[in-house]
Amino acid sequence: MSFHGPHLLGIRDLSKTDIGEILDAAESFRAVLDRDIKKVPTLRGKTIVNLFFEPSTRTRTSFELAGKRLSADVVNFSQSTSSVVKGETLIDTARTIEAMPAEILVIRHPHSGAAELLARHVSASVINAGDGMHEHPTQALLDLYTVREALRRVEGLRIAIVGDVLHSRVARSDILAFKTMGASVVVCGPPTLLPPGLAEWGADVTVRIEEALRDADVVIALRMQMERQNAGFVPSLNEYAVLYGLTRERIDRARPGLLVMHPGPINRGVEIAPEVADSAASLILNQVANGMAVRMAVLYLVAGGASA
Amino acid sequence: MNERRVKAEIMDETAIDRALSRIAHEIVERNKGTHTLVLVGIRTGGVHLAGRLAEKIRKHEGADVPLGEMDVTLYRDDFGRRAISSKLKPTILPESIEEHDVVLVDDVLFTGRTIRAALDHLIDYGRPRSIQLAVLIDRGHRDLPIRADYVGKNVPTALKERVEVKLREEGGDDRVVILEEEGAS
Repeated sequence: MSFHGPHLLGIRDLSKTDIGEILDAAESFRAVLDRDIKKVPTLRGKTIVNLFFEPSTRTRTSFELAGKRLSADVVNFSQSTSSVVKGETLIDTARTIEAMPAEILVIRHPHSGAAELLARHVSASVINAGDGMHEHPTQALLDLYTVREALRRVEGLRIAIVGDVLHSRVARSDILAFKTMGASVVVCGPPTLLPPGLAEWGADVTVRIEEALRDADVVIALRMQMERQNAGFVPSLNEYAVLYGLTRERIDRARPGLLVMHPGPINRGVEIAPEVADSAASLILNQVANGMAVRMAVLYLVAGGASA
Repeated sequence: MNERRVKAEIMDETAIDRALSRIAHEIVERNKGTHTLVLVGIRTGGVHLAGRLAEKIRKHEGADVPLGEMDVTLYRDDFGRRAISSKLKPTILPESIEEHDVVLVDDVLFTGRTIRAALDHLIDYGRPRSIQLAVLIDRGHRDLPIRADYVGKNVPTALKERVEVKLREEGGDDRVVILEEEGAS
């Protein structure tokens, strides 16, 4: 098995070869999703538990359908309906679920490091579906897959990541993922939303969006997290939209063929203009479809499908 | 893994070519022509053999038979029980297999488990009129009630032996050999 252990906790743990294997496997699952019968019997008899301690519809649904299309039994366990509200600790909750038994735990948690903590205390495979401000590896993998599918390569490309980088686990995983695969990355946002030390990650940094877009092949707009708009990071969402929004004019002035991605859910008119989100340059819906294939690949590989 | 040595060469390039020519004729004869035929090679050896059969049919009949290739890994019954030795590849089939006579092509027929997986895989793409099986080597030792419709050569083997089909598409010469473990009597 080429993963470091039976888990997928972050892009940081993956080599270029590991990522290549996941993306190649995802191509096979993409072919399955294009059939009339979108289901294979591979994980029959296995149980996958989605442990979601944070609201999430798209990632949870994507994992749920991915598991079902591999013929696994999938159970959703969310904070509001669980005994977590009765004071049970994360590890006790996970151990209880594992004893049912379950082979794969998919966890989304507001605290950075929650997935790794879990992996140390259970024998099931753990997949990180987003932990705090740390990582969201399957999002980065599906972003890589989407770029590779659209442009037939990742190496040598220029990827711009625009927005609230400070609070974004997607940005962290994306920077690591694209750098590992040989792309260069420029991040852009208001100074208050750029964490220190980005240069050590190997990313270029700018506060001017025109500069970020100038040489970019792909731009990834990050979601402006509405719940943080009152925390004083930006004066107003309107001002943010004026200074950093992906507008038609900005796209037209950038390199021809620039592709636009967004991890969703999108705030139309804030980080991305509606006519850009719905344009031919937008890969946002491809990302959704590819996300399923990539998650099927990850579930398949952690369950024992990795090549020896 | 233990060292293996060649115990015997059971087919050379000429023998393989003659067997494939005969199978190509048999396929066309049995299906009364080529218009309903689809050839599907099972990765990896079967893909090359299916390509060669299609080429022979094209030469003799002047007709192009649709070709597909299949990876049965996701349908295997031993998932997670043994180390998977090769990477997953997409299955690519012709537009439709409905109302077609599909000939699955593999290099060696052994336990029949690969063919069982291939049958399930194929049926998820639709309902062919018939599914037939062509193999270069039938080495016996079936675990399942499966048989081939077209066989290049029947080869009695011991369970511990391995039959290896080497094809020029993978580099090297065409040949079929029986391998046995070093030190085996």
